[in-house]
This record gives sequence, C-alpha cells and structure tokens, in this order.
Amino acid sequence: MATIGVLAIQGDFLEHRQMLERLGSVVLEVRTRNELDKVDGLIIPGGESTTIVQLLDIFDMRDHLVNLVKNGMPIWGTCAGMIVLANSLTDHRPNPLKLMDINVTRNAFGRQVDSFEADLEIDEVDGQSYKAIFIRAPIVNSVGPNVRVISRLNDGRPVAVRENHMLATAFHPELTLDHRIHQMFLGMVEETRR
Amino acid sequence: MALETIETTSETSTWRIKAGLAQMLKGGVIMDVVTADQAKIAEDAGACSVMALERVPSDIRKEGGVSRMSDPTKIIEIQEAVTIPVMAKCRIGHFVESQVLEALKIDYIDESEVLTPADEDNHVNKHDFKVPFVCGARDLGEALRRVGEGAAMIRTKGEAGTGNIVEAVRHARTVLGDIRRIQGLEEAELMAAARDLKAPYELVREVHETGKLPVVNFAAGGIASPADAALMMQLGVDGVFVGSGIFKSQQPELMASAIVKATTNYNNPDIIAEVSRGLGDAMPGLDVRTMPVEEQLAVRGW
Repeated sequence: MATIGVLAIQGDFLEHRQMLERLGSVVLEVRTRNELDKVDGLIIPGGESTTIVQLLDIFDMRDHLVNLVKNGMPIWGTCAGMIVLANSLTDHRPNPLKLMDINVTRNAFGRQVDSFEADLEIDEVDGQSYKAIFIRAPIVNSVGPNVRVISRLNDGRPVAVRENHMLATAFHPELTLDHRIHQMFLGMVEETRR
Repeated sequence: MALETIETTSETSTWRIKAGLAQMLKGGVIMDVVTADQAKIAEDAGACSVMALERVPSDIRKEGGVSRMSDPTKIIEIQEAVTIPVMAKCRIGHFVESQVLEALKIDYIDESEVLTPADEDNHVNKHDFKVPFVCGARDLGEALRRVGEGAAMIRTKGEAGTGNIVEAVRHARTVLGDIRRIQGLEEAELMAAARDLKAPYELVREVHETGKLPVVNFAAGGIASPADAALMMQLGVDGVFVGSGIFKSQQPELMASAIVKATTNYNNPDIIAEVSRGLGDAMPGLDVRTMPVEEQLAVRGW
C-alpha cells in the first residue's frame, strides 16, 4: 500500500494527516531528508510559505525533494504549498522550488480580514460544487503550456492547477470534511505506482 | 476588479476562516519585535508570524506605569517589512483599541494581560470583529470563556517578560490536564463540570467529545531557550510565542533560528542539542516565586 507523506515542518499538516487517515491511507509526517525516501507521494500543507521554504533550506531538504519530484514522485501543495511549488513568484521572496510551471502571487486577496469561502467547480471532481476556504490565499497569474487549470474563481483566475503528477490548490481542502480532492491525489499516487 | 466579483459569491470572516489562520501557524514560532529590522530577522529565522510592539514584556515590566496598544506608525512599519502575518496587542476589554487594530488590517489581535487591562470584568466581545483574536488562559475554564467570547486561538499566559518557563508549564499542564479529565467524565457529569469550570456548557461538551480545545493552543510567557520551546511542544501545545526571549538574548539571530529549529523538531533531542550550542547568554531571568502578586501579569483577566 502507498505511504503518503505530509511535510510537517510547519503549518496544518495534522489536518491533512487526519483526512488521509479517514480515507484509509498510511501516512508519514516528514520532517527530515531521510523521511522523504520513505513516501510514495507528498503533500505540502497550508502554513506560512516563507517559513516552510526557510525550513526546507535550513534542514537541507530542497535538492533532494526537487530530485524526487522530477523523477516522478507525485506532489500536492495547498495554499502555502502552491507557493512553494511555483516556478516564479511576483514577490521577491521566498525562493520557491520551481517544480510547477506557474507564476503565483502571495496574499493575492489582501490581509486576514479579506479571507473568504467560495463555491468552485473543479474538473475531475464530480457532484455538487466544492466549498473552498481561502485564507491569505495565493492566486495563479499565468501557467505554462503543460499546466492544466482545473478550477477558476468567477472572475476567471485559476485557483487549482495540475501538471502531470503535480497538483496545486490555492485553498484548503484539509480544513473541510470534503475528501474529493484528497481522493484525487491518492488516485495520482496509485497511477504512478502502476 | 476581482475583489468585487468575489464578494458577490463568497463569505468573508466565517468562523472557519478565523480559526483557520491559526491552523496555518501550527508548529511555528511567533516572535515579539519592536522594529522593522527585528521583524526581518524573525522572518529570516523562520518565524511564522511576528507580534508588533513598542516594548517587549521585560521592558514593560521594568518601566511600569500604564501600558497601551502600540503606536500605529510602529505597527505599519512592521507590516511593511515582512510578508508573514503580523499580530498586535490590545488591552483586555479595550474594544476601541481592537477596532483601531482592525482598521490597520492587522492579521491577529492579542487581547493581552501584558498590557494594562482597560476593563477588569469584561473582555472584548470578539464575535463583533472580522479579525481573529488570540487570548491568554491559565486553565480550561478561562480558555473556554475566551472561546465563548469569540477567541479563535488560545495561548497559555505563563509569566511574560520573566524568561522563566515555570508558569507556562503550569498553565499548559493545567489546561491539558483539565481536558483529559473532562474527556473521562460521563455525559451526565458535564453540566456540573461546566459549573465548576465557569465555562459555557456547549464548549465543555465539545471538549468532552473531541478531547481537545476547539481552537489552536499555543504556549507563551517565559520561553527563553530552544529546550524551553521543545518542552512546551512535548507537553502538547501547537506552537510557541517567544516574547523577550529572542531580542533580549545575547545573539538574537542565532537564538531565533535555534528556537525555530527546536520547535519543529521538538521530539528530536539530537537536533535540540545541536542548535543549543554556542548561543551565548539567554535573556536575564526572574524568579516568579519571589515576585509580589501585583507585579504578576498572569492574574490580569479571569
């Protein structure tokens, strides 16, 4: 059975773990380089992107993680995780992992008082619309040719994108009880193991 | 522009969003800063948020007198220096200071016993605000009263500005011990427990069912070393506030980074040993046992 890693250096990793466990997955909290080798897929949770990137560098995990993903390990970033995966940011910091061909703006909606919830339609997610929670959320400004936008806000701006075995969402599925996107990611992990 | 379009289809400042920001801070360190430069040092060291202040608690303690909300100029200077969330303190019960901080678009308001209380009976009605609040607590009853008033995050009070962890440990053990006790009760005993805790019954019920506080629970008040931070994490809190402990130490950059690393790896003594080396002097400490009660901050609020 696949082991799903949740990067647990800062942020709401516990909520991801609980969601995955409700779906019956084997979950490992990843805090060191060596633990990266023990997982079949990795989720970078919500948190503070500056903090998460600083800590990836401080704990010397960056290069190893980038190599694993380039060699096919599925990865999913939520909110701060999307920023961490981006190729470029409109901000001068942090220095992202440059894994997904997307340009991202941090805190695109303003400060905490401007955080919001919205109903979204998401490709590959069937059934009723998805209640998404945006907290000091980022937005995708532009995507490369291999990136598929799978959900947009009403104004057309992308908030969920997929590039092969990589997924990024500007919102927080882990803070809801709706497991459809976690299920989608588990499907991506199963695909690469086949 | 985009924001108008969004507002027609979405809700802002729901409880999930207010409590949700605190979820994003978990496993992290929130540092007190008094200048933009200090805020940058904190961000570079890996702090997940900063608390914008005019004076750190140990200086507030020394200077005495009435301590109020910081000058907005100071807060704005710090907001502009960093991209991590910025918190600021208002006095207990001073809802106009809270309104001012909300107008400044601060990310979190700390209704704090470190400042001189404005109301000795009532705390701010935090449900009235879009900005989430964090409040101090010494036991479960106090924590649930604050959540009942709308706090989206709780921290232990500890004894701020002392560099002495003893009160933070006492408060964390009390809150977590109370939770374990409530969990073990029979349903019929919950009303009496709510009466004894002086806490809202519905929240006592929720703690009984979930075995945890309804909001994120951090430690604060006396953390002065990497080992102190890891101690609080091992006791079971979600993250730590470090007030005077960073910028009153001999080497703030090193201390800030060491406390962040120890907080993430709180269960790994090898890493804590490694980061504790060569930090120089921690902040000067105070003995809480010999401190007159009128100088103790934790007894402010109820």
